[in-house]
Amino acid sequence: MCTWIVERTPMSGSGKGPNGWFEVNQANVYFDHPYHAPMDHSLIIDFVETPDEVGNRVAVELSEDSARRLVASILAALESGEAGHAVQVEAAASA
Amino acid sequence: MTYRGITAGEVTFRGDHDDEVQAYLAQPVGDDPVGGVIVLHHMPGWDEGSVEIARKFAHHGYNAICPNLFDRFGKGEPDEVAAVARAQGGKPDDETVGDAAGAAAYLRGLPNSNGKVGIIGFCSGGRQVVLVASRLDNLDAAVDCWGGRVIADADQLTEAHPVSPIDLTSDLAAPLLGIFGNDDQSPTPEQVDQHEAALKEHGKTYEFHRYDGAGHGFFAVNRPGYRPEQATAAWGEVFKWYGKYLAS
Repeated sequence: MCTWIVERTPMSGSGKGPNGWFEVNQANVYFDHPYHAPMDHSLIIDFVETPDEVGNRVAVELSEDSARRLVASILAALESGEAGHAVQVEAAASA
Repeated sequence: MTYRGITAGEVTFRGDHDDEVQAYLAQPVGDDPVGGVIVLHHMPGWDEGSVEIARKFAHHGYNAICPNLFDRFGKGEPDEVAAVARAQGGKPDDETVGDAAGAAAYLRGLPNSNGKVGIIGFCSGGRQVVLVASRLDNLDAAVDCWGGRVIADADQLTEAHPVSPIDLTSDLAAPLLGIFGNDDQSPTPEQVDQHEAALKEHGKTYEFHRYDGAGHGFFAVNRPGYRPEQATAAWGEVFKWYGKYLAS
């Protein structure tokens, strides 16, 4: 690939890295050569605290099939009763 | 037979804007004058595989320096720094050229240098090889291993990477060896054809070796794209190229 194409998405939440929990402010998502996974290309997600500095990061390098299953799983979870409950809580909190 | 001894470890050199740049240096043991090779790492960063290639060149009798091209993006583990480099759009081309110039000067300043310096790069580093060998006039040999975006569309140009290196072909100042897999999609075989046509048009010294049954990055032994037969043959071409142009 060698493209430098990165999808940058603002995030709100927490992640747990080597130094403990931290504030996740952005997700960088790209499909390119992984650092560690023994694959030619991976769907890589970096959940980061400070987007432009070396700092807290939680990274995953996933096969394409795994990434697509993850997307479906996230959507399924969001549509489940638990996700609905979370949305209600968020809506109530911001009301 | 005996295996050649080598020494290897971290050094710093003066790169673009006279910045101090972290690097990995591998050298054959002994005082015999030898050529030098600049190893440009791939997009995942200044990783173990990249410095291993520097040691491979030392084993074959060359001084080899592998600069940490992402050094200015921060200090930390190479994968962490590479993630920041990627998020910021990558290393600027001008900085790459300045760092390569500094690395060449460093190699020529080593006590056992024979004055000859070549460059090799992989993936994004392959593109950088074509760029650097076109903008510097003092390299003795260049090797592009499957560099993507040597031919870039206008919408692929960025502030950090504002040129399509093929457009600099008239300035290419070093003999160029190209190593490509015919199943690669970046560069595609058609793009390799275009690059070869440009080299011919400008009368440049080059050799392209293109391998069936191989895709992108087929030297990487830790990835499924590794192709042992093609990689062995292609490494042989690399050492023939440097043997021809970097010999004392």
